[in-house]
Amino acid sequence: MSDQNTFLLDGEEIAFTPGQTIMQAARAAGKYIPHLCWHPEFKPHGSCKLCTVKVNGRFASACTTAAAAGLEVENRTAELDDKRRTMLQLLFIEGNHFCPSCEKSGNCLLQATAYELEMLTPHFDHFYPDRPVDASHPDVMLDFNRCILCSLCVQASELVDKKCVFVMGGRGMKGRKIIINSESGRLADTDFSVDDRAASICPVGVILKKRVGFAVPYGQRTYDKAPVSIVETEAAK
Amino acid sequence: MNEQETIAAVLERHNHDGTRLMQILRETQEALGWLAPETITAISKGIGWPRAKVEGTAAFYSFFHLRPRGKYCVLWSDNITDRMLGNRELMQRLCEKLWLEPGRLSEDGLVFVNTTSCTGMCDQGPALLVNYRAVTRMTIDRVDEMAELIRNQVPLAEWPAEWFRVEDNIRRKDALLDHGLVPGEALAAAFARGPQALIEEIKASGLRGRGGAGFSTGLKWEYCRAAPGEAHYVVCNADEGEPGTFKDRVLLTSYADLVFEGMTLAGYAVGAQKGLMYLRGEYRYLKEALESVLARRRSEGLLGRRILDQDFDFDIEIHLGAGAYVCGEESALIESLEGKPGRPRIRPPFPVTCGYLNQPTAVNNVETLAAACLVAAKGGAWYAKLGTAKSAGTKLLSVSGDVERPGIYEYPFGVSVRQVLEDAGAKNCVQGVQVSGPSGVTLSANELERRICFEDIPTAGAFMVFDCTRDMFEVARNFAHFFAHESCGFCTPCRVGTQVVARLMDKLATNHGSPYDIDELFKMHRLMQGASHCGLGNSACNPIFDTLTKFRPAYEKRLKSLDYEPAFDLDAALSQARQMTGRDDAAAHLLNVE
Repeated sequence: MSDQNTFLLDGEEIAFTPGQTIMQAARAAGKYIPHLCWHPEFKPHGSCKLCTVKVNGRFASACTTAAAAGLEVENRTAELDDKRRTMLQLLFIEGNHFCPSCEKSGNCLLQATAYELEMLTPHFDHFYPDRPVDASHPDVMLDFNRCILCSLCVQASELVDKKCVFVMGGRGMKGRKIIINSESGRLADTDFSVDDRAASICPVGVILKKRVGFAVPYGQRTYDKAPVSIVETEAAK
Repeated sequence: MNEQETIAAVLERHNHDGTRLMQILRETQEALGWLAPETITAISKGIGWPRAKVEGTAAFYSFFHLRPRGKYCVLWSDNITDRMLGNRELMQRLCEKLWLEPGRLSEDGLVFVNTTSCTGMCDQGPALLVNYRAVTRMTIDRVDEMAELIRNQVPLAEWPAEWFRVEDNIRRKDALLDHGLVPGEALAAAFARGPQALIEEIKASGLRGRGGAGFSTGLKWEYCRAAPGEAHYVVCNADEGEPGTFKDRVLLTSYADLVFEGMTLAGYAVGAQKGLMYLRGEYRYLKEALESVLARRRSEGLLGRRILDQDFDFDIEIHLGAGAYVCGEESALIESLEGKPGRPRIRPPFPVTCGYLNQPTAVNNVETLAAACLVAAKGGAWYAKLGTAKSAGTKLLSVSGDVERPGIYEYPFGVSVRQVLEDAGAKNCVQGVQVSGPSGVTLSANELERRICFEDIPTAGAFMVFDCTRDMFEVARNFAHFFAHESCGFCTPCRVGTQVVARLMDKLATNHGSPYDIDELFKMHRLMQGASHCGLGNSACNPIFDTLTKFRPAYEKRLKSLDYEPAFDLDAALSQARQMTGRDDAAAHLLNVE
């Protein structure tokens, strides 16, 4: 690797291989850039905007911006973390998130990222949307109250499972939602299987396997043991 | 024909091609009234797409209905200019006459009444769409008559033709509207030069995109021509959705030849054989007339095989949108052309290298393409002399609001705002002018010497005038709701941020606000401006920021106190309990905790 293939992330030199995004290069170098819709196995979606960084003074998504020699990237600055905190609050008030009773608590990327960024309150008034629960499938239930519209289940179902069980449709905060691939709109009427990649991709508590809830008690879960910034950088090693 | 046969015929007409889903859905809905679950299933089977993708597209667009909409669907244009002309009162009257609530299908399933985003008739409002046909100049008398026609189930074809008349209202012509070209003249001049020289001529003219962003048209065509691909495409962006803008409607009505010739020029320049016009759903009524212009141009040898006996084939197809402002963004428009929800793509790559069907695509505004004909026929040097140093040529302005003569005004770039106001006959004293629509800039009365040009105020063409009697806060609140309605919902800051902003504005409107809420608005502006995925979110708070900065008293007079105020009104929350218990005595009321 030549010296030219480096950029600065919060003043630290980061090596990259051509073709990598800022997110990929940072992760490979053991640096944490907050994210929700990005997942190392999938193409960047670029929608949650939690990975917003400043590249040579301009805002950009780290997951979709190509790493390039000589870039100066700001990541964990007070200004950017402040914006991220606000965006997390927007996600919390948009849905119905009740961490204390959620099966995903402690394994939830939204919750963990909120802790990481020291989000202490939702700040804004909640919207309390009316979102359905679909328990029709024998092995999996869907609780859309917690959906953050990251589209990871969409990608997993289409690209890995080759099924398109989940599709993102509709418009705006009131319309945008996951559409289930059946005329009834019920998961039971699709070819979805608990063994699908999509069944285990949800970063929050929407897609839950039945009969295995609370197998690991609160307090002993992934982000109970270490904050997301540590978990992420360990996972990348 | 039964429903299945209808769907089969539509699918057949579009070769079962999923990229034509928008047209399939629209034509099916025009025949069947709405898109029932089994209709969506049949279409998905017909095009071989997963059902959820078809539903996902249908659910994205305001003009597609996954629930019954009745025999009559009346949508009132709800731009601020319609409101200033009393659209809300008229809609209320129509609803009362028909015994229904806005946004809810009547009990008998006959009629649906609601609002819709600006329909591009601001110079002749209050406007509406009835079954997606444009109606202008609504009055109390027309409302009463319309209620009768609906109740008696009179077919639309028998409604007064006068209601559907749309005026051009051209008030000032300059180089473009007085072009003096005959069909084929610009093409012949371009063919004499050759494609490369045509691009050089366009570059020399200084022509910049008229959609507002102002990118060099010559460079765009050059990049597109140079990009490798199996095929190249030209797209005309006729999704004129910016509230207050209607100049493309006039160009498409009375200058369609010029627009199509501009598309053909672009095709010749970039090496395309196919052009697509993306026409906004609100302009559905123009489709047949535009098709007949295309047919005539084919018969005149100006479209199709061997145009003007040159070794150049090119044809144009019209695609209709279905009520989504975000599709004015070029990559969202391309997604829509491919049958998908209009979500702006991640850029780069840009459409010039990877656009329609992932091929090099030149997307140009209607007015840009028309202006390109002038350059081709009269030369780049001639065109460059019009306007200012960095803004060559002329600009069409769509003037509406508080003026004596609303309509289309064409000026060389560099005209002052004051000049436009004088020519249009601004009434009373001018308080503010919204240039380039909600995503543009709000001017105050002491900025009237500013000029319309890329050096000062770039614009897509909207020019809405507000006199001293208008409430600039209500102007901004109208725009806030517009953006909340039109956000595609892809990225967090815009999807939720536009809703939070609309709610904050409503809180202020009901006199529950405090300085704290104003700080919150500024905070949302700072967040959305930098972090949003596309221009919609980035500019959604512009009118809030501008009016807060320039018309602060309009906000401050609404503040309940100078301290924090909760949005929650304790006493109002008890109203239901009061109603249930039949009480309304003093002890049944609570004051909010001070």
